[in-house]
Amino acid sequence: MKIKTLTSAIVLSGATLIALPSLAAETIKVGVLHSLSGTMAISETTLKDTVLMMVDDQNKKGGLLGKKLEAIVVDPASNWPLFAEKGRELLTKDKVDVIFGSWTSVSRKSVLPVLEELNGLMFYPVQYEGEESSKNVFYTGAAPNQQAIPAVDYLMNDLGVERFVLAGTDYVYPRTTNKILEAYLKAKGVAAKDIMINYTPFGHSDWQSIVSDVKKFGSEGKKTAVVSTINGDANIPFYKELGNQGISAEDIPVVAFSVGEEELSGLDTKPLVGHLAAWNYFQSVETPENEAFIKAWKAYTKNPKRVTNDPMEATYIGFKMWANAVTQAGTTDVDAVEQAMIGQKTPNLTGGIAVMNKNHHLSKPVLIGEIQDNGQFEVVWETDGVVAGDAWSDFLPGSKDLISDWTAPIKCGNYNTKTKTCSGQNY
Amino acid sequence: MTRLMKYFSEGRTSGKHTLPFVVILLGVTILASAANLFLPADSALYVSTYTITLLGKYLCYAMLALAVDIIWGYCGILSLGHGAFFALGGYAMGMYLMRQIGDRGVYGNPLLPDFMVFLDWKELPWFWLGMDQFWFAMLMAVLVPGVLAFVFGWLAFRSRVTGVYLSIMTQALTYALLLAFFRNEMGFGGNNGLTDFKEILGFNLQADSTRVALFLITAILLAVIFVVSQKILSSRLGKVVLAIRDSESRSRFIGYRTDRYKVWLFVYSAVIAGIAGALYVPQVGIINPGEFSPINSIEMVIWVAVGGRGTLIGAVIGALLVNYAKTRFTAIMPDAWLFALGAMFVLVTLYLPKGLMGLYGQLKAKRNTVMNKEPQA
Amino acid sequence: MALCCCLFGLFSLPSFAVESTSLDPLLADLVDAKISKMVPILDKIEKASDETVLPLFRTLLNGDLYYIKSTKQVVGQFDTNGETLYKDVFTGQAHPALTKRDVKKIRVNNTLRGYLRNAIARIQLTSKNSSVRESAVRELLSKLDDDTVDILERLYPHETNKKVKQAMGLALAMNTASQTQLAVSNRIAAIDTLADSLENDVRNLLTTLSNDENPAIQEASKAALDTIAQRANRFAFVDQLFFGLSLGSVLLLASIGLAITFGVMGVINMAHGEMIMLGAYTTYVVQLIMPNYIDYSIWVAIPAAFLVSGLMGVLIERLVIRHLHGRPLETLLATFGISLILQQLVRTIFSPLNRQVSTPSWMSGSWEINPVLSLTLNRLYILAFALLVFIALVIILKKTSLGLNVRAVSQNRNMAKAMGVKTNWVDAMTFGLGSGIAGIAGVALSQLTNVGPNLGQAYIIDSFMVVVFGGVGNLLGTLVAAFTLGIATKFLEPTTGAVLAAILVLVFIILFIQKRPKGLFPQKGRAAE
Repeated sequence: MKIKTLTSAIVLSGATLIALPSLAAETIKVGVLHSLSGTMAISETTLKDTVLMMVDDQNKKGGLLGKKLEAIVVDPASNWPLFAEKGRELLTKDKVDVIFGSWTSVSRKSVLPVLEELNGLMFYPVQYEGEESSKNVFYTGAAPNQQAIPAVDYLMNDLGVERFVLAGTDYVYPRTTNKILEAYLKAKGVAAKDIMINYTPFGHSDWQSIVSDVKKFGSEGKKTAVVSTINGDANIPFYKELGNQGISAEDIPVVAFSVGEEELSGLDTKPLVGHLAAWNYFQSVETPENEAFIKAWKAYTKNPKRVTNDPMEATYIGFKMWANAVTQAGTTDVDAVEQAMIGQKTPNLTGGIAVMNKNHHLSKPVLIGEIQDNGQFEVVWETDGVVAGDAWSDFLPGSKDLISDWTAPIKCGNYNTKTKTCSGQNY
Repeated sequence: MTRLMKYFSEGRTSGKHTLPFVVILLGVTILASAANLFLPADSALYVSTYTITLLGKYLCYAMLALAVDIIWGYCGILSLGHGAFFALGGYAMGMYLMRQIGDRGVYGNPLLPDFMVFLDWKELPWFWLGMDQFWFAMLMAVLVPGVLAFVFGWLAFRSRVTGVYLSIMTQALTYALLLAFFRNEMGFGGNNGLTDFKEILGFNLQADSTRVALFLITAILLAVIFVVSQKILSSRLGKVVLAIRDSESRSRFIGYRTDRYKVWLFVYSAVIAGIAGALYVPQVGIINPGEFSPINSIEMVIWVAVGGRGTLIGAVIGALLVNYAKTRFTAIMPDAWLFALGAMFVLVTLYLPKGLMGLYGQLKAKRNTVMNKEPQA
Repeated sequence: MALCCCLFGLFSLPSFAVESTSLDPLLADLVDAKISKMVPILDKIEKASDETVLPLFRTLLNGDLYYIKSTKQVVGQFDTNGETLYKDVFTGQAHPALTKRDVKKIRVNNTLRGYLRNAIARIQLTSKNSSVRESAVRELLSKLDDDTVDILERLYPHETNKKVKQAMGLALAMNTASQTQLAVSNRIAAIDTLADSLENDVRNLLTTLSNDENPAIQEASKAALDTIAQRANRFAFVDQLFFGLSLGSVLLLASIGLAITFGVMGVINMAHGEMIMLGAYTTYVVQLIMPNYIDYSIWVAIPAAFLVSGLMGVLIERLVIRHLHGRPLETLLATFGISLILQQLVRTIFSPLNRQVSTPSWMSGSWEINPVLSLTLNRLYILAFALLVFIALVIILKKTSLGLNVRAVSQNRNMAKAMGVKTNWVDAMTFGLGSGIAGIAGVALSQLTNVGPNLGQAYIIDSFMVVVFGGVGNLLGTLVAAFTLGIATKFLEPTTGAVLAAILVLVFIILFIQKRPKGLFPQKGRAAE
């Protein structure tokens, strides 16, 4: 008798356990994989809030496919292996339909095998070094050809710069970007002695010697500019040192790829007026879409001073496209959504239309802005049309012949056009 | 003298835990593995691969905690740099796994790993040679941490660097390695480290069976190391080690070459950390310089403190518990988990100076006194 | 700046009627022009007027020049006490009815700013103020075109101020040296006078001339370059030494609080970095409370940060560390937990974003000793400040009764207790003092680096290295260690790069400790054991 009740209890509890997931499947789950603590929290919490805002917004419109969206937030704590673990948790335990996440390349590289193994779907919203195209990832940030190369073109053509300091933090994004830029500059006839390359560790805070070297390098007659891929926390002491050593934008302009409105909000920008940044988005661009977005963001964060930035726009575009693709596919099934994503069009916040290409990268306009004394950028130059993101750089010997095309018949992230082979695929 | 007696009896009690520990560890491991492999995914008792991988990671941490405990709990050497040995072991394994990718990397280069291709390296650096052989890589996973520990220990213990000085020096060691491995010129993949592994010894790393096998191997090795360490520490040598912990100068005056004992124990501990690192990498799928960060090494010490130092079982329990708490906290309260973790560390140090094992001992002692009193009453 | 523009506007009042009318069509062109076509128009404006055009150029340079959409009339935007006002740039006459919607900004970019700076300099050559004239001449050295040289040649004989005359002479000598149609002997004489100058533009000119067709010119230029290089190298050495001292002062500030809590009390305070962080956040809050007095905010922030961090230190000591007495390694664990809590606390209260701390105007910029040597003011002040804090601390420990008690307790706790020293009270005060000084360090660091939750983490390891290298429990050791490490790093950096320099310094410390296990200045006596 007793045994009978026990077994029935077990069966019952087992049944409820099995029943639980189907109950939960009433919502569409959106995983958020951004660090909320540790060194990257400074940048990534903003993106977490952006996704939450977009989910809220979508739910107000009635959700997707008749279901409400449910955001599931985890904290990978700026710890790279934890990204893989938390990614697996989101996909297998929470069974999310899509993940928005990652900032650093290493965190993306860490979670990538998990995504490919479990066939998950992730949107990566940050500018990065390229040299990657996975079936399971959509890259809504800029590839090097959407940021670095237009910026250097602007320096050479509009400002008459002849000498370049390529300064970066020592990790893969600056390394690759600088490799690409070095090859590009040399192809444009810049001599090797007119290129100075410098790497510093993460969070470098003592910039005295390097800034003084730059000053010396820039004082040798030819117009000099700094192309900065300095990351995160190291920027503020760098700019402070520039200001104090009296390097003004007219003498040696600094064009940065990792400095946006948010980084500047921790800084008094008066000494920096005129230094440059290249992005696909600036908060100061006046379009109705952008105005609405900024208003919604300030209302959501309840902070009238909160700024917006490029990775937020990338998150916004990614989310919109995903929502459209899901509607179009009629399901959240990853393979169906992945195919529906290609060719998706969404208005940019800065005007024009962003298009998702066959290589999982976006076509977007490139803007160059000058820092203003109110911590904003003013656009001084923009590309004529949109620039298609290039997954594999044409300026690196290893990736010259590679292309990415996720439509039939190639269906490959790194397809060698010479040997006609596809390598390194995990799906 | 009474103190000495206490340690003898302590040694006996901790020896008493060995058999139950090994049985429970292996039992749980085998059950979980079977549940993963043979039960259908919708069964109530099914253990997901996520859980298996997570448990495997915890066990690696437990092994690491064991390594820290052996020198801190038993010999009084507080190392704030054990993460370095762990990471070096991990890198050796990572290099092997990297070489196994072969021409399946994104650039399809049969010899060079992807990160070298895209930094335009022409040939494999010398320290990558031979790493495609499993036995050689595993030898390195043990040898490199061992040799580093020997050189460091030989220098430090001979010149009698002790206490906080030694702790800070071990911290400097791991910090210097952190900076070095961050450098892309070093040829270890810089900040990105080594990742995108495909297979180990021909087995697909993404397959459930491989994961379960790795998990089982980790558990078995943990059990073996546990038993061996227990034997070593309760042997004559172990007694000397305890004597060194309690009064190094006295032991030296009695005639023991304390520095030699310390060096060899340090090397032994570093080798265990290296093995833990080598097992860790295929299970989490990435190794990067972050593992060298001094904060990680401090955390290891905290696992041991929470569990109870000076008892091997305490180190294991501490590592499992703190990491489980971390996993739970980061999921339940992503914005506030550091409060909980921080508070836990403070409370444990304040109220459980001997960790959870100490608490267990206290409770048992209390029960014993109660039971002893009863017949009298 | 706004004030300055207004003043200029007032001074130029009498000539306004004449100027403005002749400029009106040009200004209308300026409003319509694309940014790339603006330079020729500005050129015409400059030619058509005199000093009175300065306010216009200045306003444009600052990006404050707007035009009224309806009338295309240019106006300047001024901020007075947080309110935006539009005024005529020449007369200073306000247009109170205008709002942001009625006007549009005239955009400027770097090319334009560069042009404007030169134009302003050209106009200022005739300024009444001699230092303005001098800086105008120096500004123009890099752009010596015929127009400028003409003006300089006209002004040179009438110049009365010695310094200005010297600068003008330099400019003219540069011009002479580069004119190929002039006699070689004249050019060589000019080159010889250039050898006394350290200006970059002079060096660039000489470098070009050292490839001149004429061998005599070549030789003279090379000789002049050598002379300059020798002097420049000496200054470069001073520069590097300053960098090292500056890094050393940062290390000293960061570690000196630790030298007390760690060295004197034997507490391994992992939350020390967070005490620094609290100090930096206190600076932020102080600036938030007094936004109009940024220049004085530092003087309020220093005592405030000392109190905030100090009280937090006392709190930590009373609540946690007191119970861990005699177990130094366990204080490490507990304080590590505290550091996690404090970091998250700051993240919750202030958000994980970096906070903006403004630099007071008296601390920004640099002290230019000569064209190759200029010391940044903020670092100069921080260096002085670090030494001041150090001296104050030594005085506290050596001359006050608190210091006497602290030393007594650190040397022999039980004996001190037996003599009637309230060790509990002394412990709390010592920990409070160490933490408070860390807070002060935070005020200084807020001027150099990010004010964010990770601020403390960045300095904690370096601080431990400094204290251990100097010898635990010895303040002088901390001082020497901080400056040694700072200078060593900065002298290694140019040859090895920043990362390798840091690694080499760490390896050096590890090896040094093997040689001297108790640091540079070991504690002596029984207390050391």
